[in-house]
Amino acid sequence: MQKLIFSALSGAIFGLGIAISGMANPAKVLNFFDVAGTWDPSLIFVMGGALITTAIGYVLVFRARKQPVFDAAFHLPVNKTIDARLLAGSAVFGIGWGIAGFCPGGAIPALGFGGVPVIAFVGAMIVGIVLARSLDGLRHKPAKAF
Amino acid sequence: METDFTPWMSLGGGVLIGLSAILLMIFNGRIAGMTGIVTGIIPPISTDWAWRIAFLAGAVLAPVAFLAVGGTIPYAVPVSLPLLALGGLIVGVGVYYGAGCTSGHGVCGMARLSPRSIAATVTFMIFTGLTVYVVRHIAGI
Repeated sequence: MQKLIFSALSGAIFGLGIAISGMANPAKVLNFFDVAGTWDPSLIFVMGGALITTAIGYVLVFRARKQPVFDAAFHLPVNKTIDARLLAGSAVFGIGWGIAGFCPGGAIPALGFGGVPVIAFVGAMIVGIVLARSLDGLRHKPAKAF
Repeated sequence: METDFTPWMSLGGGVLIGLSAILLMIFNGRIAGMTGIVTGIIPPISTDWAWRIAFLAGAVLAPVAFLAVGGTIPYAVPVSLPLLALGGLIVGVGVYYGAGCTSGHGVCGMARLSPRSIAATVTFMIFTGLTVYVVRHIAGI
């Protein structure tokens, strides 16, 4: 139960951070990438703030604890290989992000206030994940923990 | 469509995203990556679905609560519905194969200095930028 409460709290802070930072606002996200047009550099501050905070926090967490408070172990990705799958997937993600202006972390917190556009995006994104997973032959295997 | 330069709000929001990642790691031992969290509740559902639902519920409800107490969240979508759906589909396929997105690779993975996440983030940032250039300045949409 405590695990769920802290997960919900973490989700709430994430959602609030995304919303006030501008990451849930496609107009702002697309302008960040539109250096040749209506450039808005704000998102450098989102990425910078999030990255520096997390980097310092993670160092302190891993230094202070052998395991998380409510679990037996830290669940960290073990795959270390930079392969074509990673790079191609990331390139495809970038193309989709550039078309829509939403990324997954930007879209989910907008579901409660963003109306039809974000619902259409998230619906299509889920279809995309299902499609990719089916093609990948993982349909009958348990979900991968990322 | 012009948007206002908001360094302080964006920095504050970024710090909150970082705090969220730290909390989820120290209490649950999990990476705060939206791709991984969402993928685990799409059938076949991961056995550890409960914390994922809790995180997602918090993420959706917090901005609604923020608006309810008088907060403002600038929001505009200068993209047509067909392109949003197309973009969503492409994002879904990409983040599945890329095993992460801006939150998982761009924040949590980069913060751990993961070479995979650094490679992924550099790649998607470049392709997003190129795509926006093509859509806005070549296709003229």
